[in-house]
Amino acid sequence: MAAGVFRLTRAEAGGAVVALALTVLIGGTLAAVAWSAQGLSGLGPWDGRAVWFTLWQAALSATLSAALAVPVARALARRRFPGRAALVTLLGAPFILPVIVAIMGLIAVFGRSGAVNDAARALGLPEVSIYGWQGVILAHVFFNLPLSVRLILHGWQAIPAERFRLAQSLGFSPRDTGRHLERPMLRAVLPGVWLAVFLVCLTSFTVALALGGGPRATTVELAIYQAFRFDFDLGRAASLGLIQIAVCIGAMMLARRIAIPAAFGAGQDTDHRPAAPGGWHRIGDTLVIAAAAGFLIWPMAAVTARGLPRIPALPPEVWEATLRSVVMALISALLALVLSLTLALALARGRMRWVETAGMLPLIASPLVLGTGLFILARPWVGPQALALPVTVAINAVMALPFGLRALIPAARTLHGDYGRLADSLDLRGLARLRRVTLPRLGRPLGFAGGLAAALAMGDLGVITLFASDRPTLPLHLYQLMNSYRMADASACAVLLMAISFGLFWIFDRGGRLA
Amino acid sequence: MGAALLEFDGIRVTRGAFHLSADLAVPTGARVAVIGPSGSGKSTLLSLVGGFLEPDRGRIRVDGQDITALPPGRRPVSMLFQDQNLFPHLTVAQNLGLGLRPDLRLSEPQRARVAQVLAEVGLDGTENRRPANLSGGQQSRVALARVLLRARPVLLLDEPFAALGPALKAEMLALLARIADRTNATVLMVTHDPGDARRLAPQTILVDGGVAHPPVPTDPLLDDPPPGLRAYLG
Repeated sequence: MAAGVFRLTRAEAGGAVVALALTVLIGGTLAAVAWSAQGLSGLGPWDGRAVWFTLWQAALSATLSAALAVPVARALARRRFPGRAALVTLLGAPFILPVIVAIMGLIAVFGRSGAVNDAARALGLPEVSIYGWQGVILAHVFFNLPLSVRLILHGWQAIPAERFRLAQSLGFSPRDTGRHLERPMLRAVLPGVWLAVFLVCLTSFTVALALGGGPRATTVELAIYQAFRFDFDLGRAASLGLIQIAVCIGAMMLARRIAIPAAFGAGQDTDHRPAAPGGWHRIGDTLVIAAAAGFLIWPMAAVTARGLPRIPALPPEVWEATLRSVVMALISALLALVLSLTLALALARGRMRWVETAGMLPLIASPLVLGTGLFILARPWVGPQALALPVTVAINAVMALPFGLRALIPAARTLHGDYGRLADSLDLRGLARLRRVTLPRLGRPLGFAGGLAAALAMGDLGVITLFASDRPTLPLHLYQLMNSYRMADASACAVLLMAISFGLFWIFDRGGRLA
Repeated sequence: MGAALLEFDGIRVTRGAFHLSADLAVPTGARVAVIGPSGSGKSTLLSLVGGFLEPDRGRIRVDGQDITALPPGRRPVSMLFQDQNLFPHLTVAQNLGLGLRPDLRLSEPQRARVAQVLAEVGLDGTENRRPANLSGGQQSRVALARVLLRARPVLLLDEPFAALGPALKAEMLALLARIADRTNATVLMVTHDPGDARRLAPQTILVDGGVAHPPVPTDPLLDDPPPGLRAYLG
């Protein structure tokens, strides 16, 4: 019966237009990249190393994140303590934490003058450097461990309480429970978690820019940036772009076989929990939770302690960059919301699968590849300085689309299923329908998606690095301060940036709930 | 607005293994029950009139006007669904107001009209409440009040009172009969309950074996049901 409406509705027409525009934008950009690349002959051995590093750092980051997340998730699943809910919420924070801020935090703890190396020196141990491949991996684990924990924790909570009750009544030891209940769950959940982290790390740019570099720690994204910015070798940048696209497509093919969970999702808490064995299990769980919480909180606390007192003394250009960034983030978020809502409403009618594919296209095009392509396309008409800000806004909006769609499509489907016929039968159309039905009913996912888009755009330090230096965004300005070793000012900027990113997310999310 | 002649002219619908054909007319102002086994296509028949399903072939006409290509909201039809007849985030007055103007820009006389129909279904003073703060019976009354407000020539009911208890359901059917009288609507009502059919509908369309049969008098049909219906009624 759900054959629904049979003419091409306005919602579907809108969705088709947006999907087509996206396809043209991304396809055209990629085509420009491919055309400029003129084959892969321009690539040298350095570029081969970048590909190799991209793959193995992503694999190692994913393996470490997933492996370390298992004990943390298990401890969180079976223990109850004050602050647990707050900790689980906090585990979601790295998703919207600006990368450059986290890097500042990690430098504050693991850098040359950080607490870890202070301790090492005091104990006569060799220092560890945060720069190089180990720093890249560390930062990737910092970002992805918490998200992996949330996903695996969700897997634990998805095991029905009755199973654990049955296990208890049969007198299962922790080992038996592991074998019969937990390991099958992990086998189902872990591949998706691993792949989600792997995909994120494949297009890692900011981390490699700040902590990596050199022959042994350059990702393909970073190599594109270097070819573009330092050598101004567009052909090589485009060749590298082609490789990046191939890598992403390869990973997406892999992903088709494995269900990838929503990387930001699954924060909800159910009340039941597996049996919590006492004795050394208890001590172990306590240590694991403390270590994970410390790993997450310490860098943020360190950068906050260093930067907060300095904020009043920040020079005026920081405030200019802040205002610029906030405006850009808001435009990006609005654009992302309009695009993803249009797509989701069209998709809710369930007849245009290609529209969804178009919405997921950004996943195969990394920001730097898109940036390179847009530059190549626009070069005859506009200079790079004029391009920087609009292109950044547009690319951030497009990059937020897959997340927005993940939040909005299920909600739009529910809305269509529950109230689509009622609205149709009352002739609710156009603006009246948007205002009276769609926006109020989809307020929550819209707020959430808008918050994500705003926070991600606010903290983004990607495509802007290709172009601008005279009108920096706040993250770019922070990076420039870092590079000139003005660490106190950089820390203050980091605190500011973190506060604004979280603040933007909070305002949108809250607004959506109140709508 | 007034009574209408509702015609199914050579209607054929096929969806996978499911098929339905309908070739019949519902006389002006009639009240007709739609009865048949589950999955036989009762709701399909209503969806065709409501505009939620496109027939593969055939036309649907109301008073001679072909409505087959009209979108649901432009049809001379009001429909009550099994559930979700009210928007939960809108107030009672807004839910009713949608029946007059979808953009809710109501004039003063229209507002007065909303208050008036609300009083007519015995719910005066509930204008600013949300559906969640009403009982199931009260929610049905609001939905019926909107039918009264829209006063469309054809009224379709897809078991909207199935979730109510027997006493409440009888009350709603009585209210429905009054409203149908007032608006002089042609009524098509899907029901599982032969008692409902006898109470409200002098005529019945039997949907069975992929065919919607022309309406026949309800009592004789139920007193001496054909084999398919007999198996269904038990």
